[in-house]
Amino acid sequence: MFKRIPAAVAALAAAVLAGAAGCGDTGGDDESRPSGPSGGGTLTVFAAASLTETFTALGKSFEGSHPGVKVKFNFGGSSGLAQQITQGAPADVFAAASPATMKTVTDAGDAAAPQVFTRNRLVIAVPGDNPGKVAKVSDLARPGLKVVLCAEQVPCGAAAKKALGAAGVTVRPASQEQDVKAVLTKVRLGEADAGLVYRTDARAATGQVKGVEFAESAKAINDYPIATVAKAPHAALAKEFVQLVLGPVGRAELTRAGFESP
Amino acid sequence: MVSLRRRPPGRAPAADRLPGRPPWILVLPALAGLAFLVLPLAGLLVRAPWSTLGTRLGEPQVLEALRLSLVSATLATGLCLLFGVPLAWVLARVPFPGARLVRALVTVPLVLPPVVGGVALLLALGRRGLAGRWLDETFGITFPFTTAGVVLAETFVAMPFLVISVEGALRAADLRYEEAAATLGASRWTIFHRVTLPLVAPGIAAGAILCWARALGEFGATITFAGNFPGRTQTMPLAVYLALETDPQAAIVLSLVLLAVSVLVLAALRDRWVSTT
Repeated sequence: MFKRIPAAVAALAAAVLAGAAGCGDTGGDDESRPSGPSGGGTLTVFAAASLTETFTALGKSFEGSHPGVKVKFNFGGSSGLAQQITQGAPADVFAAASPATMKTVTDAGDAAAPQVFTRNRLVIAVPGDNPGKVAKVSDLARPGLKVVLCAEQVPCGAAAKKALGAAGVTVRPASQEQDVKAVLTKVRLGEADAGLVYRTDARAATGQVKGVEFAESAKAINDYPIATVAKAPHAALAKEFVQLVLGPVGRAELTRAGFESP
Repeated sequence: MVSLRRRPPGRAPAADRLPGRPPWILVLPALAGLAFLVLPLAGLLVRAPWSTLGTRLGEPQVLEALRLSLVSATLATGLCLLFGVPLAWVLARVPFPGARLVRALVTVPLVLPPVVGGVALLLALGRRGLAGRWLDETFGITFPFTTAGVVLAETFVAMPFLVISVEGALRAADLRYEEAAATLGASRWTIFHRVTLPLVAPGIAAGAILCWARALGEFGATITFAGNFPGRTQTMPLAVYLALETDPQAAIVLSLVLLAVSVLVLAALRDRWVSTT
């Protein structure tokens, strides 16, 4: 029996080391040249998890127009990323999923003049076959329907509370999930009959999940601010990347994913 | 596998009778290891908001989460004992083809990230899962979003700790006692519960304690499989995680409560069951 344990431990250790190395990679590359307006280098972008697909595509396009430049991303929960930046992580650009999170960074003096570059709204996500026959927001109050929401402590939960309040619908959720992806998982697997997620999340899961729009989601629209980080190792490149996101290319990519223009 | 012990089984040799000082080559890493384990605790204690501790502890949500944690971890340990001890016995005493594979499978929950374990449980026991669909259609039983789901998630993650400890104890136990009972005509069941079980009781107790501790701290599989709802599926680790989002001070208080309770229980049980046998 115990002969097998060391192998398992070694595998675990290897996984942990690999993870640690991955984290280190998001830091600044010391060997990269200081970037002039046209110089090379590695641009490090910290962005909210919901931006993963769009920003990865924008990074490719940025690398295409800036030969020699590499764009590295650190995607994660906005509040975690904000904490990393205020603790001195070497980021060039920060894109958050909520103004409140961005404010913690600007208040600490680690970024200035954030600009809202896109917005996201909630939709009702239902499994592909819609077993609960959910067609409108008031259906969510139906007894026996399994509805999952984000916990109120996280941004999507706060938004859900606001939108449901605006709609005058009282929902008794089966669960208050820790983030919007967890809500999506429960709906995708058919465990829940409905959940409130961002429109972009529902669109990314097209095929397994259907998004039902509702008018009151307009009362809880999420603004996404972006800013260059004050101590950015590549300040000039950082400004250019922000311009790309704010410009027509960025706008097109974001719209395709289901985001709205500010 | 016949041991050469001359001492009666179950009594540990007295360590303080060994001659000489403990060698520094063992003591130094031991101290470093201890410091590494204790330092994060010190961090929690230093940052704890002691002045508001009382009011925060009185909050009904905290007590509810604590109660749910203790109840579900205890029930999960019960399930682990019920199924894990026989499983360990089969692995240790019944030779069968594929035993190595089964042994490896038992340790899967140890290496699986708990969140993946939770997804796997959903795929197996969820409303549309392999077995879950049948349970729902036939009996109307669903586990996700229920306290039973919490217990199942904790059982899944904690059972390997029990099986490994008990199997180790069974393999280390002196087979001659069982052989003697067999020559006197005892059936295998009688041998199991009259000879084997008492012989490996300390191993079972140690395994149960590990199992309980692991279940108490369980987060990933629980939140993925059972979700999070106060009073129903929100255990202490889930409450701590969500508190971290908005109120890190509250998260520290909750962590301290969980720590204090688990250390108290574990210290009490260890003294009673393990070291005095």
